[in-house]
Order: sequence, then structure tokens, then C-alpha cells
Amino acid sequence: MSGLRAALGSGRFVVTAELGPPRGADPDAVLRKAAMLRDWVDAANVTDNPGAHVRMSSLGGSLLAQRAGLEPVMQLTCRDRNRIALQSDLITAGALGIPNVLLLTGDHPRFGDHPDAQPVFDLDSVQLIWLARTLRDEGRLLNGRPIEANPEWLIGAVENPFAPPTEFRARRLAKKVAAGAEFVQTQYVFDVERFARWMAQLRDLGVTQQCAVLAGVGPIRTLRMLEFLRTGVPGIHVPDWVGRRLRGMPSDRVAQEGVAICVETIEQLREIAGVTGVHVMAFGFERGVPEILCRAGVRPRPSARTATTAREDIGHAG
Amino acid sequence: LFTRAEKATKERVFGCRMCGQCALPATGYTCPMTCPKQLRNGPCGGVSANGQCEVDPDLRCVWVTAFERAEQSGHGADMDLLHRPMDHGQWGSSSWVNYWQGRDDELWVAPSKHKPPLLRRELGLVPR
Repeated sequence: MSGLRAALGSGRFVVTAELGPPRGADPDAVLRKAAMLRDWVDAANVTDNPGAHVRMSSLGGSLLAQRAGLEPVMQLTCRDRNRIALQSDLITAGALGIPNVLLLTGDHPRFGDHPDAQPVFDLDSVQLIWLARTLRDEGRLLNGRPIEANPEWLIGAVENPFAPPTEFRARRLAKKVAAGAEFVQTQYVFDVERFARWMAQLRDLGVTQQCAVLAGVGPIRTLRMLEFLRTGVPGIHVPDWVGRRLRGMPSDRVAQEGVAICVETIEQLREIAGVTGVHVMAFGFERGVPEILCRAGVRPRPSARTATTAREDIGHAG
Repeated sequence: LFTRAEKATKERVFGCRMCGQCALPATGYTCPMTCPKQLRNGPCGGVSANGQCEVDPDLRCVWVTAFERAEQSGHGADMDLLHRPMDHGQWGSSSWVNYWQGRDDELWVAPSKHKPPLLRRELGLVPR
């Protein structure tokens, strides 16, 4: 049973975070990050070769996170797998007790560490979500053939409320929800006003009644990271005031200010109707997540430890 | 004959790749197969603020164009259709023939309206 599913249904403010698996075969790299996050978040995404850079697989990383008592959300992208491999990985995740999956299109290999790779994109994210829902609820493969035991994971999706065509973004999420998505994590939110307008559209479409919305947040701790988010990552909208605030600081206080902006953003997001929680992306700054949440008035998960012990056994067995 | 005629006309006008399962009638006549990720259900999240493609900045996102054309021509609701996975065995065949023979009847469907909300059904979640 997915602890995240229970949390989303509980009515309290839900927190997910991101756990990037290592470039290498060191399991402790995952265990260390998991230990920092497990008491503070309901679940953590284990990314699938993020930015098309080779890392430990999200399935392997998810198992290790589970062993360390952190509930994983296994990310799975359409970039590297055709429909055969996608279904196989989804079934495997079900068999190993991975409680949540997050299904997305994926970054193009052109941005990664193997730009000469063949992109797959046999399915798109909507079709992958559709496939997963059919697999779980109807116990059928894409070709219609039945499977022997249905997986049980919760199905998640992503959306970027700020990318053009912006008037279509709420409806695009509605398509994913119609296909089977039960929760969504968004791209970084800095422009809360624009995000609130997107949320209003979601409410009008009835999407918030069917799908939990976790708003993406994260601290910008250096001016280099600011530049990277503004120009290096496609589709991220960083309003000018963020840059002005960070640049106005002496260099030793930029990190602090970045954290402060993140805390304020969470406080504002909590007030928006339909926002179920936040998804904290703090690449390489997992140790700072508790402080950010604490200052934003989000309490640690008291049930985190007990809820995960049962699943720990599954992780070891696998 | 049909295959060659279709290729000759559609390649020039729409950048047709001869996928054999033409989505043009449901995409404001903008070919989704010219998207570097060949997405058939709408744009990815990497479109830049001015509508450029994240993969090839010289390209305008085909879905930005598709959305504009569909809205302007009064076919905005087409954007909400769910496009099924492609049959990759159809590459190089004529979508016109497939259409006349009814082989592409189920390329896309309208999202079902009467399904109970998932969260409410399964999680008992009441929106905040």
C-alpha cells in the first residue's frame, strides 16, 4: 500500500522530494540521501537518468531507498524504452512492491551526456499513463492480453504550468488525469500569481477533484544555479524579481536568501485552494530540506518510520 | 499510387513523415511527427517562453502552432482528444488508404466524462 496514497487522502499538507541516484554502483550514496529525507517527506522521486545523464536506474534506486525506510516514487520516462520495456519495468515495479510511479516523456538525449544516443519516444507521457492505468485496473497489456497479477502502484504525472501554450497547460493535465494520473508534481514555481491562475483553471475543469497537485519548489543557492535555471534548463520560468533579490545580496548571503525565497513560496502556495502539498527539488542540498520545511511551518512526518518498516522487508527480499 | 501521391503533397505542405496514421485532422493540421519527441498528445514541458522547441531552437514548437490553429478555426476541443499509441508497422504506408478502409477509426478518442473521479473514489480525498 502506498503511504503517499494515504497521505494524499488525509487532507494534510503533503511533501515529496527528489532523490537523484548516483553515477556509479555505490548503494550508500542512495542510503545516505534517503536517511536525510525519510522523516520529513511522504515520498521521494527516484529520477530516471535525469537530463539524459547516465545514473543508477530508478528501479534500483527505488529499491535502495525502500531499504533505507524512504518511500520511493519511481520515475519512468519514454526516452529510453519502447512499450515492451516500459510494461516490463512497470510490472517489475509492481512485483517488488514499489508503491508509486511517476510517468513522463523525459528530456531529449541532446541535453545529456550521450547526445549521440537514439531517442526512443515510442509512447508519449499521456499514452504511458493510459497504459499503466489499464495494466493496473484492468490487468491488461497494451495488446489486450491479460496479465496474471495486477500491480498496485499509485500513478503520478508532471506538468509545467508556465510553458507555452500556457492556455493549454491545465487542459493538458486534464488529459493526463483522464488517462489515469492520480497526482501531479509541477515544474519549479517562483511566480505564484501565474501558478494560482493555472490552479483556478484546474478547479474549473474539475481536475483538482480527481488529482492531487504538488507544487514544485526548490532553493536557488548560488548565482550560477540561477543562471543555469534561467538559461540551461528548458521550460523553467524564473521571474526577474528573483534574480534582483539574489544579486542584491553579498555573495556569502545568496544561499540564505535563496532558502528564504523558497520558504516564502511554500507559505504562499499553501494558501491556494486545491494545492495538496509541495514537491521539493533541492539537488545536492538534501540536508537543507528539513530546515526549509520547518521554517515554512511543515512538521516532520511522525508516522514515517512505522509506515515504512513493513516495506523494508520487501526491499531486502527483492 | 496513393502512397506516392500522399507523400508528394503532404511532405511539401505539412512536412509529412509518412507515419501512416495521420493525426492532421485532429491537430489543427500541424503534423505532430515533426516534433523531435514525436509527441501526439500535446507539447512537452520544455517549450521556451517564446514558443521555441527545446531540442531545436530554430523550430517553433509544433504544438504551440497546433493549439493556435485549432483555437482559431473553432476546433479547440480537438486538443483534448486522447491519441492512442502508434502502430509503427504502418510507417511508409498511405494513411489515405488506411482511412478509407477504416483502419484508423480508433486513432484518438474523447476523454470519458462519466468516470467517477479517481481520488474521490479510491482515496476519499476531498479537495481543499
